[in-house]
Amino acid sequence: MSEWEMVIGLEVHCELKTDTKLFCGCRNVFGEEPNTNVCPVCLGLPGSLPVLNEQAVELAMRIGTALGCDIRPSSFHRKNYFYPDMPKDYQVSQYDEPINVGGTLQLPGGTLVGVTRAHLEEDTGKTTHVGAGGRIHSADHSLVDYNRSGVPLVEIVSEPDMRSAAEARAYAAELRAVLVATGASDGRMEEGSMRVDANVSVRRPGEAFGKRCEIKNLNSLRSVARAIEYEAARQVALIEAGQAVVQETRHWDEDAGQTRTMRSKEEAYDYRYFPEPDLVPVVPDDQWRARVAGSIGLLPAARRSRLVDLLGGEPTAAQGEQVLSAVDQGLDDLVVAAVDAGAPAALALARAANEVAADVAAGRTLDPAAFAALLAMEAGGKLSATQAKDVLADLLAAGGGDPAAIARDKGFEAMSDDSLADVVRQVVDANPDEWARFRDGEVKLGGFFTGKVMKATAGQANGKAVAAELDRLRS
Amino acid sequence: MSAQAIADDVRSGRRSARSVVESSLAAVAAGDGDVHAFLLVTADDALAAADRVDERVAAGEDPGPLAGVPVALKDNLCTKGVPTTCGSRILDGWRPPYDATVVDRLRAAGAVVVGKTNLDEFAMGSSTENSAFGPTRNPRDTSRVPGGSSGGSAAAVAAGFVPLALGSDTGGSIRQPAAFCGVVGMKPTYGTVSRYGLVAFASSLDQIGPFATSVADAALLLAAIAGHDPCDSTSLDRPAPPGLVDADAGLSGLRVGVCAELVDGVAPDVAKRVRQAADALAAAGATVVDLAVPELRYGLSAYYLLAPAEASSNLARYDGVRFGLRVPAADVTAMNTATRTAGFGAEVKRRIMLGTYALSAGYYDAYYGQAQRVRTLVIRAFDRAYQQVDVLLGATAPSTAFPLGDRVDDPMAMYLSDVCTIPSNLAGHPAISVPFGTGDDGLPVGVQILAPALAEPTLFKVAAAIEAAAPTAGVGLGPHASEEPAVEEGRSGAPGGVAGTEAAR
Amino acid sequence: MTNPLGRDEVAHVAQLARLELTEEELDRFTGQLAQVLDHAADVAGLDLADVPPTAHPLPVSNVLRPDRPVPSLDRADVLAGAPEVEDHRFRVPRILGEAP
Repeated sequence: MSEWEMVIGLEVHCELKTDTKLFCGCRNVFGEEPNTNVCPVCLGLPGSLPVLNEQAVELAMRIGTALGCDIRPSSFHRKNYFYPDMPKDYQVSQYDEPINVGGTLQLPGGTLVGVTRAHLEEDTGKTTHVGAGGRIHSADHSLVDYNRSGVPLVEIVSEPDMRSAAEARAYAAELRAVLVATGASDGRMEEGSMRVDANVSVRRPGEAFGKRCEIKNLNSLRSVARAIEYEAARQVALIEAGQAVVQETRHWDEDAGQTRTMRSKEEAYDYRYFPEPDLVPVVPDDQWRARVAGSIGLLPAARRSRLVDLLGGEPTAAQGEQVLSAVDQGLDDLVVAAVDAGAPAALALARAANEVAADVAAGRTLDPAAFAALLAMEAGGKLSATQAKDVLADLLAAGGGDPAAIARDKGFEAMSDDSLADVVRQVVDANPDEWARFRDGEVKLGGFFTGKVMKATAGQANGKAVAAELDRLRS
Repeated sequence: MSAQAIADDVRSGRRSARSVVESSLAAVAAGDGDVHAFLLVTADDALAAADRVDERVAAGEDPGPLAGVPVALKDNLCTKGVPTTCGSRILDGWRPPYDATVVDRLRAAGAVVVGKTNLDEFAMGSSTENSAFGPTRNPRDTSRVPGGSSGGSAAAVAAGFVPLALGSDTGGSIRQPAAFCGVVGMKPTYGTVSRYGLVAFASSLDQIGPFATSVADAALLLAAIAGHDPCDSTSLDRPAPPGLVDADAGLSGLRVGVCAELVDGVAPDVAKRVRQAADALAAAGATVVDLAVPELRYGLSAYYLLAPAEASSNLARYDGVRFGLRVPAADVTAMNTATRTAGFGAEVKRRIMLGTYALSAGYYDAYYGQAQRVRTLVIRAFDRAYQQVDVLLGATAPSTAFPLGDRVDDPMAMYLSDVCTIPSNLAGHPAISVPFGTGDDGLPVGVQILAPALAEPTLFKVAAAIEAAAPTAGVGLGPHASEEPAVEEGRSGAPGGVAGTEAAR
Repeated sequence: MTNPLGRDEVAHVAQLARLELTEEELDRFTGQLAQVLDHAADVAGLDLADVPPTAHPLPVSNVLRPDRPVPSLDRADVLAGAPEVEDHRFRVPRILGEAP
């Protein structure tokens, strides 16, 4: 495959997290009993008319702002075709005047992927196929539920800038994080909140773009990567065998791990787009744009940078992972607040990414001051790592508290210097041969003594304090 | 009897709403066999509604400005739980689960809906001969068409079954049947009346409007149904225009343009009536000039590309899946096709195909795109005209009512009947047809007044002046009403008294 | 520019619109539609490059509604007019392909 280059563009459909549908007041909610969430408008009954949801426009503008798009006056068009999941047999969408044009998404590694446009459109109903296998081609008949019909979508189209399946997956993951960060979506791919279609072609580097195939039905980040790998390989095999790649739409079969051609007759379907006469243009004024820009908050890329800056200097590989994890799980605010309150950055990050992550929900509401106080105790040697983690678990469960009090209740009191010195003395006295060797220069026996002290104190001694005491005795 | 008078009587307790509605229902029962204005008479509901009005009056509550007034609704207006066919087999038996906004407002005004009237299928036509349930006949001469597409509503008022009716007007479908039947019919400024619950034909052109026996009644009905509706995004954020005001104020200062494009090319007896109406306005104090607005001539072609295009999309939903007719088939595409083929009549199919073609790849720019530009031309032409005059005057239709069957096999001839009315729909402007005498064949002639957007008050005022001067007061008396001079006193502001004598021109 | 409308095109358009025409109807409609388009030739021939299209007769923008729920229809009413219902859903005969 190395002499070949894959060219990938992604089209992502994102369900907006509004309370109601795009054009009517039916609730925008997943998982309800079929056809209990419909009205004349989203059912397309004769005489019904659409009225645009203000919050859907707001969220579309947030997405556009987050992706650095140009937010434009926009209008709606009808995309006409017959299909049973479409109540009006046309979809209200945006065509040549979309709300967001031109933007970029920066991936965690730093790669920039272009965004062509991001526009508003309504979702369709859901069809269930009844008959052997539940697949459309073997079905006897189908059943349609219109609860999802009219749910607001933003379709985000990328430039064909991606060059590997991993890159495409990273784009999808980062886009998802951005959508969640802006509050536009809950990002639940398993519920269909975010659906990905991939356009894949291959070429030898330097050549013009090859024929591309559109792959549909990618319901997870893993599917995105697997499907693209498969498809690129399929196309390469075809070309190397002297055959041509047919430009078509293909369906990803998760179980079989293959893309399959879809039996659609019309290649370039004539959608007969024309301006939607039942809706008027949307022209966001400067005030609205400014308000949206101000409401975005920090995006994932900025959050990652912020943590890296706190660490100061080049993060280690492990720290890099911790940064990704902390931002991904929405724990970065906690880290920043803790550092603000005096906690050491590396320790705060590590504890957040590793331990707090065990209970993310609790972590997001954890009192940063309590967290910072605990970290200070650990950093200052008053608590061992083990003890600190124990206290942290309690803090999480309670949403906060006084780490010193909790430590005391657990008997984790920092050992006084005197009692520690006593224990060290006892261990030293109990091991005269080793002590003589340590004193004479076998420095690594420090670990032997520290281990003994730990055992004697049931882990309560602070390692640094023990080392300091040994040094004092030795000198 | 006028709607205003009925409402006054009911509100004051002089007459019960029930007795009014009973009379109306009796007239329908006696006369509609010949006319076929109604597809459905909702007698029980009407009497129950009338009783509720009477209860409110008895309780000292305000029953509304149209209390007890019987109203007929064109059958493309959704009525909850009551069959709404749009004159089509594809919706035969369909009962909407909701009321159109105008229906809600009528009820709130105390009006009583007595039934659903016949129409050309999905409002496509100019004669009501395209109804799947048989044509309506012109009450003035039952061998003639009542006009269309709101032929049933026009006939219901003309025959005296109801004093008020609602229709819809996309290219003239209220005004032309009003002219053919000898009643008042008006299309408001686009966006004045909510389209929520009006089954769409051409969304950027459709408007609901009133039929009545007088301009004052038409204005009264409009006032009750118009005004902003949050359920319709194209509804203007304005309150309803008031009823007729300043009727007696005289027309001095008003500039009237007799529009060449709405007079030249119409039948001579129709043109004669337009000239007489112009003279009447001059006699009432208006400044009357002849005016040419040449771009209006392009309106017909633009309309017959735009309207079918929007219709082809609006009618896609009739696919046998969720409501209405379904013709079974082995797969869903075949079912869609079989259902639509069986359920739609020829004219609807013709327009769907014309519209689909006008939008299709490769033809959009030449047809639909071009028609939208012509629309701009028409609007600009009107704007220029209204710098010189306040209203335009012309014929409503090029002829009087033609015989049933005359044009059914010639769609182009049928389309040409709309030439005078279409421009107002393209521009979104208000226009009204007022009966003004008869043609040489004794059939009603309507003259049309056109005004700029939101100029309903001026429109009604001019219309009232024309009405006062009209050669006959025999509207609504049936096919054999004789022509008599207008005898209303004090109605016309014209100096020198009533313009009742018909000076031959 | 515009081609005269032929029988094949009319057949294709009918298929796009999910209408089946008899041979006789195909002939008749082809003639009638050609006549209408012929009449529209006066419009098609105008040079309107500098004239912007009008999508809405009256210039209105930004008509929005607040994101507040409104009661939906009773499911019984939703399904009442349905030609065929199964499992509280609208039943249709087999769908042959994916959406275009």
